[in-house]
Amino acid sequence: MYIKAFIVGGLICVIGQLLIDKTKFTPARILVLFVVAGCVLGALGLYAPLAEFAGAGATVPLPGFGYALYKGAAEEIDRSGFLGVLTGGLKAASAGIAAAVCGSFLAALCFNPKEKE
Amino acid sequence: MNQQALAEERYKELVNAVTPDSKTGENCLRAFLCGGAICVLGQFINNCFTSAGFGKDPAASYTAVILVLLSVVLTAAGLYAKIGKFAGAGSVVPITGFANAVAAPAVEFKKEGLVMGVGARMFIVAGPVIVFGTLASMIMGLIYWFTRMR
Amino acid sequence: MNKHLGAQSVWFENVVSVNAAASVVGPKEGQGPLGKYFDIVCEDNLFGADSWEKAESEFARRGLDLAVKKSGLPMDNMDYIISGDLLNQSTGSTFGVIDTKRPFFGIFGACSTIGEGMALGSVLIDGGFAYNVLAGAGSHFCAAEKQFRFPLELGSQRPPSSTWTVTGHGAVVLSNLGEGPFVTGATTGKIVDMGVKDQNNMGAVMAPAAADTIASHLRDFNRAPDYYDLILTGDLGYVGRDLLYTLMKDEGYDISRNHKDCGIEIFDRESQDTHSGGSGCACAASVFSAYFWRKLKEKSLNKVLFVPTGALLSPTSFMQGENIPAIAHAVALETSR
Repeated sequence: MYIKAFIVGGLICVIGQLLIDKTKFTPARILVLFVVAGCVLGALGLYAPLAEFAGAGATVPLPGFGYALYKGAAEEIDRSGFLGVLTGGLKAASAGIAAAVCGSFLAALCFNPKEKE
Repeated sequence: MNQQALAEERYKELVNAVTPDSKTGENCLRAFLCGGAICVLGQFINNCFTSAGFGKDPAASYTAVILVLLSVVLTAAGLYAKIGKFAGAGSVVPITGFANAVAAPAVEFKKEGLVMGVGARMFIVAGPVIVFGTLASMIMGLIYWFTRMR
Repeated sequence: MNKHLGAQSVWFENVVSVNAAASVVGPKEGQGPLGKYFDIVCEDNLFGADSWEKAESEFARRGLDLAVKKSGLPMDNMDYIISGDLLNQSTGSTFGVIDTKRPFFGIFGACSTIGEGMALGSVLIDGGFAYNVLAGAGSHFCAAEKQFRFPLELGSQRPPSSTWTVTGHGAVVLSNLGEGPFVTGATTGKIVDMGVKDQNNMGAVMAPAAADTIASHLRDFNRAPDYYDLILTGDLGYVGRDLLYTLMKDEGYDISRNHKDCGIEIFDRESQDTHSGGSGCACAASVFSAYFWRKLKEKSLNKVLFVPTGALLSPTSFMQGENIPAIAHAVALETSR
């Protein structure tokens, strides 16, 4: 499983690197592209098998975040109908987002900007 | 084509000939190794949680949380920028890259105050990810809802 | 007598002497090949302030003060201060100049600012509107990254064509009395837009402006490139230099034998990982003040055409998809008149 995670995760990052070097996309655009791509691939039923196969290799890169958003929406729709369209996605992503917000706020309180070398 | 456009076209070719290309091969190798390594770390954390008796989904959520917090700490310590310089997309594409994109402006803009600095600027890089991710999940969810109706 | 010359130049009838020059830079610049020539190399980029922006003002304050001190005159003798930087609304200069209590012209010419300031200052002196003018320009790597690119802690790679904003400040004192080097002429640049949009390739953005101004200068003064011991551009870097040579050849001039670029001189690109070279207002300003002014003063250089170059973009214009136009101003410096 570790080897599969390494190879699949690494390859997804290589796609990102090619986009950065060849298209001059900014990192923000790459992130957006990957999240949307993961979401669409999830809806097409293509990402679930990949996640099954590669585990964290597919869920840790950002397409996995997009896939989680879609999966959350779909599960919530199954459970509570139309409302799930609105609530499902963010609900699935909420742990990651809350951790990022909370952690970053604390970091901003405790640390000062650092210069680059 | 007018003269200015012609000159711009010619200049563009000249610029492309003179400007050095990024070392894509080397960059890709580093992105592969680093990105892969972060995923392996994720897999390890995930395995720890599943073997501790957590279900599949909670284990995945905890994995994301731990990776995010780890990235925030590295960002605040000024280390994630160094990793990023080496790894390129290898440290941008994993969820740690998302957390880095939240933490970096949060720390950078603290001099502009907690509300308009940290609060307002926290999502200047990562905000679009949430906006477009939410939109995409809603559109896909809507389609799923329609297909279920029939 | 009319002192306008040709299409876009002026010549100076009266003495305009560059009596003093001072440079204050950050630690990275201090470690570069020109490190020992800078007057002050600070230990860290915050320079005792608590934000990058305040540090940029501190660089300006110290740089301007030191230039005046070196001229041997009190600050009150400066009839005008002309200064600029890269921050929004040039606040780097505003807060750096505030304590001087002297008349102030704030200017923006991006990295060409020191050339713009020296040309305007010379015009004021030659016109009899001032005895002494203090001209300076500064920039700060961290503040520029924060404003124009990304927060410093964001893990991103810089492409090989990118340049490194110089942290520091350079200032000169121009006077109607003195032993030189003298400002003998100036050519004001036109805004040149060659359709370049790549924020990571400023050399390509600015090379056409440099070529345009240098060629205009040589035509206006009816000079050949070898009239000058040195043609010194501001911050074209390696990429921009190669483009400049090609563009100058198209104009019928070969400047490759007597040309240097401050952006190439200030860093060692192998050991300092600065890619195409240095940039920013402070690049041309500090390198000229620290090194080339001294060479003129010692008369190991006698005729120098100083051509700082600037890329005229804002984060907003860039995001709205505008091209990045550029400008270059030429100042002719000679040890005899």
